[in-house]
Amino acid sequence: MSTPTVEKEPASKVELAPGVGGGGEIPTFDVTLRVRRYNPEVSDEAHWDEWKLTMYGTDRVLDALHKVKWEHDGTVSFRRSCAHGVCGSDAMRINGRNRLACKTLLKDLDTSKPILVEPIKGLPVEKDLIVDMEPFFQSYREIMPFLINRGHEPTRERLQSAEERERFDDTTKCILCAACTSSCPVFWTDGQYFGPAAIVNAHRFIFDSRDDAGDMRLEILNDKEGVWRCRTTFNCTEACPRGIQVTQAIAEVKQAILSRKV
Amino acid sequence: MAAPIVESPRSGRISPQYRRSGGSRGNFEMFAWLFMRLSGVVLVVLIFVHLYMNLIDGEGIEGVDFGFVAGKWADPLWQVWDLVMLWLAMLHGTNGVRVIINDYAEKDSTRFWLKNVLYVSTVVIIVLGTLVIFTFDPCPVVNGVPHVADYCPAP
Repeated sequence: MSTPTVEKEPASKVELAPGVGGGGEIPTFDVTLRVRRYNPEVSDEAHWDEWKLTMYGTDRVLDALHKVKWEHDGTVSFRRSCAHGVCGSDAMRINGRNRLACKTLLKDLDTSKPILVEPIKGLPVEKDLIVDMEPFFQSYREIMPFLINRGHEPTRERLQSAEERERFDDTTKCILCAACTSSCPVFWTDGQYFGPAAIVNAHRFIFDSRDDAGDMRLEILNDKEGVWRCRTTFNCTEACPRGIQVTQAIAEVKQAILSRKV
Repeated sequence: MAAPIVESPRSGRISPQYRRSGGSRGNFEMFAWLFMRLSGVVLVVLIFVHLYMNLIDGEGIEGVDFGFVAGKWADPLWQVWDLVMLWLAMLHGTNGVRVIINDYAEKDSTRFWLKNVLYVSTVVIIVLGTLVIFTFDPCPVVNGVPHVADYCPAP
């Protein structure tokens, strides 16, 4: 009987020689964060609050907001859930552009000037950077964002070719952050327009070969508040944190309606 | 067990200003959108040929006078050309302004009156323009006095 050879465990701590490895110290810099504040319990008027912060080169706008909330003023209100660009909770207007605070690095902004952070436009502000997303989700619900299949329930998964999947791949990326809809000047006017996000999510099912309700969705978007209100200003495409070609998706829905009707 | 009631969209907790008023008017918006694209393309050709013929061709801008217009409208080609240009440009422009009014008017009554003014002025200009193109008389006789230009036949 031989005794099993025990491999020596690697050391749990490795001492590096000075100057070896590591990226060196993370650079720090000062930024001025200017946040649009609104609290209906105190005043009907919104105002700007400003903080000077020392931030790191790896920090995002969300980190600056955290620093303010945790160390300076706990009343600053904003939404964030995953904080890593997937949940779509922290869309806000940063230096006049709709961005996710968790994906915008401070070092990419002009730190010589104050960084302006506002709530997204076109939706009712509830407090500070929090808006009422209900009108946005109402439009989303209206386009029936779920698979509708009239055939028999299959006993195995519904098959689809790689090309058929590719057809709507871009619009599957939406995280419903509302950055597109709240960057759209047509939505700003009266909030009646369905908005880019609803059309993107309709596109995701209209061009899905497994879905049978494309005609119903096209009929819904043929409304006077539907795709025809799009003026192709490309604000939505510019705002999308997922890089979805939103304006192109809207154009494809327009084409689909036209080729069905004309 | 009764099936859970799913509220219809836009019936729940939503600020009244976001409620959509009225239904869709069939395919009107679609045809309006399509008309803007098609008339736009046609107008580019119509207008640039018009500009070339009037301002560059022949004597250029110096040659544009009453007689020049009269000469053009003696030709059925230019009558039809100008007629199509008038109608397409007016309808194209009217639809554009209609869309702008829809976007920018905040009150329904403002929207209603602005659109009325728009539609009335459109009709007036189209009717007037069409009449001028077809009834244009380069050598009119007013109160028995012929206004003779050098290109008019002698009375």
